[in-house]
Amino acid sequence: MPLDTVTPFTPLASTFGGVLIGLSAVLVMALFGRIAGISGITTGALPARRDDWGWRLAFVAGLIAAPLLVLAVTGAPVSQTVPTDLVAMAIAGLLVGFGTVMGSGCTSGHGVCGLARLSPRSLVAVLTFMATAFVTVLVLRHIV
Amino acid sequence: MRILLGFLSGLLFGVGLIIAGMSDPAKVLNFLDVFGTFDPSLAFVMGGAAITTFLGYRMVWRRERPLLLADFQIPSRRDIDGDLLLGAATFGIGWGIGGFCPGPAWTALPLAAPGTLVFLPTMLIGMGVATILKERRTALA
Repeated sequence: MPLDTVTPFTPLASTFGGVLIGLSAVLVMALFGRIAGISGITTGALPARRDDWGWRLAFVAGLIAAPLLVLAVTGAPVSQTVPTDLVAMAIAGLLVGFGTVMGSGCTSGHGVCGLARLSPRSLVAVLTFMATAFVTVLVLRHIV
Repeated sequence: MRILLGFLSGLLFGVGLIIAGMSDPAKVLNFLDVFGTFDPSLAFVMGGAAITTFLGYRMVWRRERPLLLADFQIPSRRDIDGDLLLGAATFGIGWGIGGFCPGPAWTALPLAAPGTLVFLPTMLIGMGVATILKERRTALA
């Protein structure tokens, strides 16, 4: 875990980025009539799963292309710090994948679209995953 | 047309994640680290996204149907069940370990950090296992 990697507080950029995410969610509803939840879009992007899988696969391709567009426009690669403990990352991947499908949504499906729909299930899901995420970071960074 | 507009929607979402800083696991983990290197930025991402979506959905739902498909498919369940709680709790633990949720994991792919290249395939395996489990249970019921 990259301990004490301080990241700057960016309220303006983060709000603007959030608005763009929201506009994408509204666009998906206006065009396809579906919730823009990335876990649902990912599992629905396989031909065997849904009949309307094509736009979902294209959406995922758009996500992957985003840092390349940012690089092309700004000339600077997107900076990020990814945890380097590969065993921990493998466990994290399994938990995130299993949990988002079992819980019918992730940060986007429950957190953005679900809260915007005033869904009680999504509110409970958000409070639950926020709580376990806070406790996990607390334990890994300050107790272990 | 569906493919092109699906791609552009994903591109907009991904650029939003990057501008917001949510594509950086360090920033996500710092949002979750209230007692350490706390960075509250992510609350602004969630707020900006949820308010925009709240307002936009209400404009879109005035129409009879979406532009490209036959109907709106909006989750109608309101009950809180074990799957929801267990799933969300499990997701949160993984999010707290890796700093990635599914969207940012996809946008991180071309940057090809070793942690991403491990996280993304295992995430897909986890999704596959849960999907099969849910389908088996539905088939048995």
